Amino acid sequence: MEKQKRIVIVGATSAIAEHCARLWAKEGHSLYLIGRNEERLQAVAVDLKIRGAEAAHTGLLDVNDFARHEAVIDQAIKTLRGIDLALIAHGTLGNQKACEQDFNAVLQELNTNAISIISLLTHLANRFEAQRHGTIAVISSVAGDRGRQSNYVYGTAKGAVSIFLQGLRQRLHKSGVHVLTVKPGFVDTPMTKDFKKGMLWARPEAIARRITKAVEAGREVVYTPGYWALIMKIIKVIPESLFKRMVL
Amino acid sequence: MKQVSSWGRLSADPHEVLALSDRSRVSGVLASHRSGIAYGMGRSYGDVCLNPGGVLWNTTGLDRFIDFDEGTGKLVCEAGVLLRDIQQLVIPRGWILPVTPGTQLVTVGGAIANDVHGKNHHVLGSFGDHVRWLKLVRTDGEIIECGPLLRSDWLAATVGGLGLTGVIVAAEIQLRPVAGPWLDTETVPYANLDEFFRLADGSEAEWEHTVSWIDCISGGGGRGLFMRGNPTDAGERPAPRDWSLTMPFVPPVSLVNRLSLRLFNMAYFNFKKWWAGRAIAHYEAFFYPLDKLLQWNRIYGPRGFFQYQSVVPRETGQDAVQAMLREIARSGDGSFLAVLKTFGNRQPVGMLSFPQPGVTLALDFPNKGTRTLTLFEHLDAVVREAGGADLSGQGCPHAARSI
Repeated sequence: MEKQKRIVIVGATSAIAEHCARLWAKEGHSLYLIGRNEERLQAVAVDLKIRGAEAAHTGLLDVNDFARHEAVIDQAIKTLRGIDLALIAHGTLGNQKACEQDFNAVLQELNTNAISIISLLTHLANRFEAQRHGTIAVISSVAGDRGRQSNYVYGTAKGAVSIFLQGLRQRLHKSGVHVLTVKPGFVDTPMTKDFKKGMLWARPEAIARRITKAVEAGREVVYTPGYWALIMKIIKVIPESLFKRMVL
Repeated sequence: MKQVSSWGRLSADPHEVLALSDRSRVSGVLASHRSGIAYGMGRSYGDVCLNPGGVLWNTTGLDRFIDFDEGTGKLVCEAGVLLRDIQQLVIPRGWILPVTPGTQLVTVGGAIANDVHGKNHHVLGSFGDHVRWLKLVRTDGEIIECGPLLRSDWLAATVGGLGLTGVIVAAEIQLRPVAGPWLDTETVPYANLDEFFRLADGSEAEWEHTVSWIDCISGGGGRGLFMRGNPTDAGERPAPRDWSLTMPFVPPVSLVNRLSLRLFNMAYFNFKKWWAGRAIAHYEAFFYPLDKLLQWNRIYGPRGFFQYQSVVPRETGQDAVQAMLREIARSGDGSFLAVLKTFGNRQPVGMLSFPQPGVTLALDFPNKGTRTLTLFEHLDAVVREAGGADLSGQGCPHAARSI
């Protein structure tokens, strides 16, 4: 990226988002970081400024507070004096077993990982459409490509987001705005700390590199690491009558 | 519980690993648990960073910069920041770490806890000499800030303290100014230890960085390559391409053995001898030659390896090194990475720190069980008689008797 960009990140204290922000900071861009925890946001902002960010502002938001979404987005755009890129990177990994027993847990999952994202995208889409340039990037997941018994509530949320982004991409293409769907596989971050890590687990730094490159290249959908594209292609063609017997 | 090893890969015991990523929450995490030890990049050879069956606090998530004063070169950062990331941040701005070990893939916390030294010990000492302040968190909830003039006893216990005083959360380092990423270097082959010591003594006045590779298996004769360098302003030139190779798996036996060692040493010595002389080198190639070979520790096979490092006073140095080389050549074991270096006349900050005036020899040995430990006992005897010390921080089991 040569020209200096104005970048808004929701979920800025998450591991993948922070590593993306570091790569952008090194290029000298201006950042607006949105998250729930003031102290952590400040620590990240200070670090990014040292790494070379032209500016690193912070704004507080609990994504499940839908009523505040529009105001926070407008504040971010006003502070940066415009917006070139929005990255939506927040999320939680709920407990699938708990969700199976308690619909409240399910509702919480769907709100955080799908509805809140859709709300943010609604406001962002309108602003990007009006200005006729820029990129919206959202972290979805391979889990959204097909529901499987071990995490289908999370998968439902991510699947909903992926489909929403498909429609948004088509709508915003006419205005010259890019929409990037990022589908990571297994990533070793605080969110997945309770999982046993094996060969397929990637580091957030590697995911962040893929994301920044994909944004620059104007990609539409990117699986990261890349081999997940092949894995999911195979997973998706398995007939349902066979898939239902598998333990995944 | 997950299996964790140190760099020597001598064990892979289960540990309860807790990842630290929020510096404001560290005391909360520590206070809710029994004792444990901090673990950064796990580059220690022995067991200093391990706590089999117990708690391990992984610090690599504490990797943020806190403050950098580009006018004075004072850098404050979280303790999980890698030396590599510091160098990449500060060198373009005219600063550099004053002391750096042979790898930049270690954390600031690890560098302090081991009081690492580099090739310029006689000029700038060890890492702890440049720590202006650090913040320590203990399992009783206490948070201790210390520095050379503030609770300096805590600093002395923590520098080289192997993590035993608590978890280092943040530190302030005084960097030193530098013109750019280049060094003016010279490689001088030598045929025996006499020539080595002549080179070492002769280089002290004019060269900041000195180190030598020694052929540990050529029969105790002591041939090798002396490398020395000075930071220099080499103007604008393209940085070397970023590349790396990974050792993708652990071979069933150690690739380092009598035959491969003899072949490698002969090839390496002669190749480098041919290229001897002056050259401008990039700091990454000069300071961190092995960093491009990721997971190189795997080549020693499933049994892992030990590092043996000792220091002996200068007066007895030549004879002691000669005796050690003879023992090693007799055993037929050894490593392609054999380092011989003189330390400067300086006292370290840390109570348990390793560097002391004299000459240090460091080698890696494939783990051959009792055979290796017996060799170490012989080497220890030589070192003891010469009045030196071994680097017990490297975790050699025999070390307890030697302290």
